[in-house]
Amino acid sequence: MLCDSSIIRNRGYATPAPTQTHILSEAFATNAADAACVGFGVASLPRGTAPLLWAQDRLSRQETGQPYLPGLPGRSIIRVDVSRAVDVLWAMEEALKCTSLGAIIGEIWGDPKQLDFTATKRLAMRAEHYGMPCWLIRRAASPDLSAARDRWRVMSLPSLQHPDDSKAPGDPRWQVELFRSRHRAPGTWIATYDRAADRLDMSAPFRDRAVAEGDGARERRTAR
Amino acid sequence: MERANAAPPDDVAVILATEGQHGPVIHAANRAARMAGTHAGARVVDVKALSPDLRVEYADIAGDRLALERLMLWARRWCPWSATDGLDGLILETTGADHLLGGEATMLTEMETRLSLLGLTAQIAVAPTWGAAWALARYGTVRATCPTELIGAQLGPLPVAALRLDEPTLLLLRRLGLRTVGDLAKVPRLSLTRRFARDALHANPLLRLDQAMGHLAEPVASKEARPKIGARSSLPEPIQDPTAYLPDLCADLCAQLTHHGLGCRRLSLTVFRTDGEVSTIIAATAAPSRDASHLSRLFEGKLEQINPGFGFDLITLEAAVVEPIEVVQTRLGGGSDGDLQLPHLIDRLVARFGERSVQRPVLNASHLPERAERVIGALQDTDSTTAAGSKERPIRLLWTPEEVRVVYAVPDGPPAQFIWRRQTHKVARYDGPERIAPEWWKDRPGTRLRDYFKIEDQTGRRLWLYREGLHGDGRGGDPRWFIHGIFA
Repeated sequence: MLCDSSIIRNRGYATPAPTQTHILSEAFATNAADAACVGFGVASLPRGTAPLLWAQDRLSRQETGQPYLPGLPGRSIIRVDVSRAVDVLWAMEEALKCTSLGAIIGEIWGDPKQLDFTATKRLAMRAEHYGMPCWLIRRAASPDLSAARDRWRVMSLPSLQHPDDSKAPGDPRWQVELFRSRHRAPGTWIATYDRAADRLDMSAPFRDRAVAEGDGARERRTAR
Repeated sequence: MERANAAPPDDVAVILATEGQHGPVIHAANRAARMAGTHAGARVVDVKALSPDLRVEYADIAGDRLALERLMLWARRWCPWSATDGLDGLILETTGADHLLGGEATMLTEMETRLSLLGLTAQIAVAPTWGAAWALARYGTVRATCPTELIGAQLGPLPVAALRLDEPTLLLLRRLGLRTVGDLAKVPRLSLTRRFARDALHANPLLRLDQAMGHLAEPVASKEARPKIGARSSLPEPIQDPTAYLPDLCADLCAQLTHHGLGCRRLSLTVFRTDGEVSTIIAATAAPSRDASHLSRLFEGKLEQINPGFGFDLITLEAAVVEPIEVVQTRLGGGSDGDLQLPHLIDRLVARFGERSVQRPVLNASHLPERAERVIGALQDTDSTTAAGSKERPIRLLWTPEEVRVVYAVPDGPPAQFIWRRQTHKVARYDGPERIAPEWWKDRPGTRLRDYFKIEDQTGRRLWLYREGLHGDGRGGDPRWFIHGIFA
């Protein structure tokens, strides 16, 4: 099992098991036009100079835009812009065999017929065989039968407090729910991403919301 | 040399310009422009002052040279030896080839017809020497033919410019009163030798005269055409599906490529149907390749596009564009292990989805968000040394910014409430403004500046919002608000 402790630092008492990255993971966006699942997916990829292959279908591209290189510092991208979900799946399958790539990200809108258990199983087995991290990002989709090893549901939360400006949003914070996993127990965590250090922290949410350290938005409300 | 498909009509005066020392100068002019009084070498501004309705295009000299080289190879249909002659000429060694075409006069008519079918105007002449042919083609009669014994008589009345001399020498000869080749030939050899003995060939009338008259040999150095690399299989019976023959064709082609030390960048598969229809499929590779299995995979899924009709009886596979492959031994035990996985992946993706679907964004030195990245081909080398800016940028960019309806505006800062995609967003926190001015050297006049805000709404979604323009900037009405990106 691969464990990268520098990327994921555990805080709180309910520690998530160390993540295995070189598998097929699926991220569902609770809100279609929310980039939290993309941010979480990219943040949990291993670092490196190898290019990412990023395949998108037409609706994902139209509704949520394209990956923007200035917003992804330190990454290089090969973009595959196709129209149908089946083409995204074909491109991902082909790319999984190529070990010169750093990772593969595919975005599929809705629940196309071709994205069934067999298709995901093919992706999952190839990803494990070639040791390639692979993310399938699903929007406006229902979590049907799938062979993805980790299945996440990601939602944006109000961001952390900005260190210099109390009125400005700070580093992003997401609520990530691992609702199905082959390697570890499911659970819900609050993920914070430190942009300056390029580090993802996962902590368990507090049971008692009153003592939670909270986000910048709440502190701003209390200060008012 | 104008391309046949883009040639302007004859009555429009067109000149081709190149960059001279003091602004553009005329490289070539068409007949209408020459009638209007222009000549090559004149400055474009002077000529435009004389005739303002002159059309000026920029000359593509390198393209013309390549086209002339292709034409030189094409002209080998008439004779085995051919070479380019300067920027605008071809020289063909037709000795022993003219009788196959029915004599010299018939051959010239045939050449002129064929070239005019290509959309080219040609001035042609046959002569025993290169120099005489050059002179007669440019200054002689139409389709001149010149027997060996008549060289002196035919060249005599032509101007001295017909001797391929440079401009200062021509000026000198004009000053000496030597206007025609005949005048020059009458001057005693000794005085000409005394005057021009030390000069180079292009400035030496005596040597040029000897070349034209055939006293000095001037052989044609014919350039060997590149071998055509292709494989074909002609079938005894028409078949419906060429897939089974593809691996053998690719293996044959790759053996030839290996023999020549080349790799192909573009492949064309042509199938000839029994009823005369021909269809061609083209595949391209990102890096030169001679891997048979890889090349045959590029045609996967494309062969179904061919309408088989009553079947094919001939399949050809041709390497249309080839590049040398340098095989470098990288391992001590022999062999080389260049990392070809990524180029092969790109090839397969491009073969299936097209070149425009597989792209690689690179950073570009611009503050405007849509110009801060540009796309290049997936395997092109990045010449971009642009460093990422220090400002935070969204992870997603909407290629067309989406306008939002402002419900509750505040005087400075972003609107407190707006509607985007039929949902109401309340701005909880914001960062900005970051003002990005239009690039005046690229944008149209009247383009408005943008003030960018990173906002966070009540549910925690972070968006990149901008206001286009300012109140009362004189560039349109009230400023409008757009969503341009989504932060993680």
